Amino acid sequence: MTVEQRSAAVDERLATTVREERSRLVAALVRVLRDWDIAEELVQEATVAALETWPRDGIPENPGAWLLTTARRRGIDRLRRDTRYRERLALIGAELRNLTTSGSDTGPGTSGPLDADDRLRLIFTCCHPALSREAQVALTLRTIAGLETPAVARAFLVPEATVAQRIVRAKRKIRDARIPYRVPEPAELPARLAQVLTVLYLVFNEGYLASDGELTERRELSRDAEWLGSLLVRLMPDEPEALGLLALMRLHLARADARFTSDGAIVLLQDQDRGRWDRVAIEDATQLLEGALRMQRPGPYQLQAAIIACHAGAPSYAATDWEEVVALYDQLLSLQPSPVIALNRALALAELRGPEEGLAAVIGLEERLDSYHLFHAARGVLLRRVGRVGEARRAEERALALATNPAERRLLEERLAAN
Amino acid sequence: MKYMVLIAGSEDDRAAIPEADRMQAYAQIRTWWNEESAAGRIVEGYELQPTETATTVRRDPTGNLTVTDGPFVEAKESVGGYAIIDVADLDEAIALVSGWPAEATLEIRPVLES
Repeated sequence: MTVEQRSAAVDERLATTVREERSRLVAALVRVLRDWDIAEELVQEATVAALETWPRDGIPENPGAWLLTTARRRGIDRLRRDTRYRERLALIGAELRNLTTSGSDTGPGTSGPLDADDRLRLIFTCCHPALSREAQVALTLRTIAGLETPAVARAFLVPEATVAQRIVRAKRKIRDARIPYRVPEPAELPARLAQVLTVLYLVFNEGYLASDGELTERRELSRDAEWLGSLLVRLMPDEPEALGLLALMRLHLARADARFTSDGAIVLLQDQDRGRWDRVAIEDATQLLEGALRMQRPGPYQLQAAIIACHAGAPSYAATDWEEVVALYDQLLSLQPSPVIALNRALALAELRGPEEGLAAVIGLEERLDSYHLFHAARGVLLRRVGRVGEARRAEERALALATNPAERRLLEERLAAN
Repeated sequence: MKYMVLIAGSEDDRAAIPEADRMQAYAQIRTWWNEESAAGRIVEGYELQPTETATTVRRDPTGNLTVTDGPFVEAKESVGGYAIIDVADLDEAIALVSGWPAEATLEIRPVLES
């Protein structure tokens, strides 16, 4: 191995480790230090230290524990140096020293080396109603999911500076207005949960079909959202929307392997090898959803999960119960009027009643979805199906100009190249 | 942690409330206020006289002073009172303020403590 190769291997392992361990570390350090910026700085410093040390000494056996130990030591140094924190040192130092790793754990789904509730505390604080929704989402994506500000900005379709400012302001407000770092009391939970679910699903989607760069599917992030969702469900087993969201995420994940070819190209739903779907996981998630539906409090996540369950349960694309899918979209639209949901309904309608009707429904959405690449891609598909190839090509060119995800771009390029 | 709670509302709306209802609302507010004060959560506070009694003094960067009639912001809602509260954190502040027993808009601002 050359130095460059070894360095690249370190970078990759480090990136993987940081993505996995980062939110855990930040969450624990925020609890102990009660300072978000310092917590994030320490994790960042530990990352830099690892980049300096690991290429020379090799990657440690438990990189997460190494990062934690480094962040912890630097935290104590920092507390000694900083007069503002000197008074708190005696109090906090002992707690910080007690932050230990329990060894073998590295993956989500287990309690982890630190307090398992830390990330839940972090989530509820990030999603506190005293913060704007934009700030809630930005802070959660940045702090818990560890997304860089540009990726958060793309998810929001706003400038980077705006997102950076939202995060800075939110952290300042958490500190200055003393927003507590805790999981809400039972009486507050339902209202607070709704905000968390929105944010979690955004995180899930960011992971499920990432819009940033080389990793098309940042499964880790989706699994993390799924894990946080399952933690929420354990905390609130009687909340059907939390169950609905968990079922929705699991139904997506159960089919994730079939969504891409081995070299990263998108495989459309109608072309997917349904033999590669995880039937056991689909069955489990469907049962979870049925449990939620029995509670008789329908909501957007349960309906979305029900739509996906229709697809996941169908033996083939042609045998999908499109009537049920369209009916579920209608219910969803009545709860949550959104042009993107209307677009998906139009595509289901095209399967139920033919491409002309689907196309008519799609075209009605142009004004609101003109800057959304999937609107133009969907229009392209339907135009091809009714033989209007020239218009289809123009729609696909427009979609290509708007798309940033490499896998989606490739699919559009292939369509354009084929005809 | 101390916060200032600015209690705002529409003076016009308040004026439109029948006298008996207003007296009842005041009685509820007094009960609530006394309870929270006795518990040590409300440190101090006052109801303010209407904005028509307000005078605004503006000092510009060069030190010039102008004195004008009225509040510093003309708005449908105006500050009608304030309370200084002392609670552990913002959640406790929100819970306390949520107990205000009348129609109002309440702004919670942390006090800058040095």
